[in-house]
Amino acid sequence: MMTDSLLCVEHLTMRFGGLSAINDLSFHAKKNQITAIIGPNGAGKTTVFNCLTGFYKPNVGKISLTSPSGRIFLLERMEGFRIAKEARLARTFQNIRLFTGMSVLENLMVAQHNLLMRASLYSLAGLFGSSSFRRAEQRALELARYWLNKIGLLDYADQPAGSLPYGSQRRLEIARAMCTDPVLLCLDEPAAGLNPKESYDLNGLLLDIRSEFQIGILLIEHDMSVVMNISDHVVVLDHGARIAEGSPTAVQADPAVIHAYLGTAPEEPTC
Amino acid sequence: MRDLRLTTAFRDATAAALLAALLALPMLGFQLTGTAQGLTLDTRFPWVGYAALTVFCGRLALSLAGQILAPLFKAKLSLPFLLAAPPGRLRNIAGWTMVVLAIGLPLTPFTDRNLLDKATLLLIYVMLGWGLNIVVGLAGLLDLGYVAFYAVGAYSYALLSQNFGLSFWLCLPFAGALAASFGILLGFPVLRLRGDYLAIVTLGFGEIVRVILLNWQDVTNGPVGISGIQRPSFFGLPFLASQPGHTTFHEFFGIPFSTEHRIYFLYYLILALALTTNIFTHRIRRLPIGRAWEALREDETACRSLGIDPTKTKLSAFALGAMFAGFAGSFFATRQGFISPESFTFIESAIILAIVVLGGMGSQIGIVLAAILLVGLPEWFRELQQYRMLAFGGAMVLIMLWRPRGLLANREPTLRLPPLAAENPGERPK
Repeated sequence: MMTDSLLCVEHLTMRFGGLSAINDLSFHAKKNQITAIIGPNGAGKTTVFNCLTGFYKPNVGKISLTSPSGRIFLLERMEGFRIAKEARLARTFQNIRLFTGMSVLENLMVAQHNLLMRASLYSLAGLFGSSSFRRAEQRALELARYWLNKIGLLDYADQPAGSLPYGSQRRLEIARAMCTDPVLLCLDEPAAGLNPKESYDLNGLLLDIRSEFQIGILLIEHDMSVVMNISDHVVVLDHGARIAEGSPTAVQADPAVIHAYLGTAPEEPTC
Repeated sequence: MRDLRLTTAFRDATAAALLAALLALPMLGFQLTGTAQGLTLDTRFPWVGYAALTVFCGRLALSLAGQILAPLFKAKLSLPFLLAAPPGRLRNIAGWTMVVLAIGLPLTPFTDRNLLDKATLLLIYVMLGWGLNIVVGLAGLLDLGYVAFYAVGAYSYALLSQNFGLSFWLCLPFAGALAASFGILLGFPVLRLRGDYLAIVTLGFGEIVRVILLNWQDVTNGPVGISGIQRPSFFGLPFLASQPGHTTFHEFFGIPFSTEHRIYFLYYLILALALTTNIFTHRIRRLPIGRAWEALREDETACRSLGIDPTKTKLSAFALGAMFAGFAGSFFATRQGFISPESFTFIESAIILAIVVLGGMGSQIGIVLAAILLVGLPEWFRELQQYRMLAFGGAMVLIMLWRPRGLLANREPTLRLPPLAAENPGERPK
């Protein structure tokens, strides 16, 4: 295994009955890099994500995540919530899954659940208002404030998350994932439904996260302005198999990729 | 104003009248009368006509009134003064007023034993509502068998005090702990279920507990129930005229004996228990576990992706909700002095759930209002006899039409972003 590799997927296969959604897929995602998974509709991109985050158990394959401490987590063997809690892999969803009835700030506080649970001695100390819990809560609030400021929602902190416009909800979901302090951030079509200005801002946010937090980002995207501008590494899937891999420019020139996208140039893909 | 759609109203009214006539024909049109020769079948067809005519007129008036009044209703009555979901501060004031009123109630001159008894009963339901609110309102787990935990609490106290002579105050934590462990016991098999399926299984659980209480003769004394349960004492001082070898309450305080002392004591006891439940819920909502419950109610998948253990979170909600039902159960046992499986039927679960849902899921004050409406009013209007159940049903339909999300439905965030202390919000916290 490569030493600087953060996520290592080997021979991943996922079948649903007779249908192979993913077939013998291997790829790496490195620390401090943005890795994009692209491919036509139905290529199996979201299935890969669901295998990584424990929502599906793959039939064959190994998914290992190396934590900064050097410990290796085998994700395919872990329960969904442990992947987020212990291996510290955070994700967002294609169709946004915020806690819509709760306020924006509460969404960010729920993301820091495990930290705050420990600080409140699993609610016992918190119930009696211990000072150590209050300090931990204060720190959590400051982290939430930092992210609210970063995604431009500081003035909406106490609004219900469901009342935000679509683009803000996307940004909030990314901020919520970041509040879990991840080592790998998995974004499922973060630019879907955004206008050109918003997706340009999203590029800035993702580059910012990469440089400031030094974490790996894995993203599925159809919007080529996002993929080509910010990715360090691109993996192209078609029919559940990897058909190309490399830098954005190399992938763009790859004949297999052009073929998969039905002859259209990669700059104007069929979405 | 737009023209009234008369034809529509007429057609509507005619259809309603026809339906009424159809229904009335067998129910009103024929009558069995007992005569000396035996039963004979009489007809009273005019009655069917009256019924159809009444329905026709009523329906016509209703739809015309609806057409005329609808715009007015929308403008004014959709924001009724009291129930317009007040903002946080107003709600706080209302809450404290209620507490003060509840504490002061026994001291007012018009309070008699009867009123206090009813208020005690009401407070039991308020406490049960607040307890179930943890499970249904916060964690969003539809529990139709809540009365089972209430029964566990009641029987724990009754059996512990009868068999081992433990006092009420010693039994209270036991009853709570036992009920909580039953909550966990129920929680384990139903963790994967949601919504309707969960409701059905919890309903079954409630029945199982009741059937066990009915049939486990050796322990629970079956349908006969347990009588002569030890009445509460004022921290060891019994409320009796005299007891050999014991100082009684009135002797200790040097006041004349009165049977009302116990009523007063029970009232304050349940008030304290209910307020404890309220304060507990109020606090735990602001703790990470409380927020996790609410998040779980909103989206379980998202919770899992944030590293929240759904199993533990759900079980803790079940256990804590059950614990308060256990406390309320042992209070019930000590107040009545007698319990039997009769007291823990499904209708009790349904009433408690109705209180939570009508109150507005998760709203503490809403639950008090709903409890007054659903338990208090029927108690006070006992004179109406069986019609009170009709009124009960009617009131529930009206509330669901008028405020489908409950009396006080809007939610206060558990915490707000405090104003900035530091100078730079862009600073990344360490």
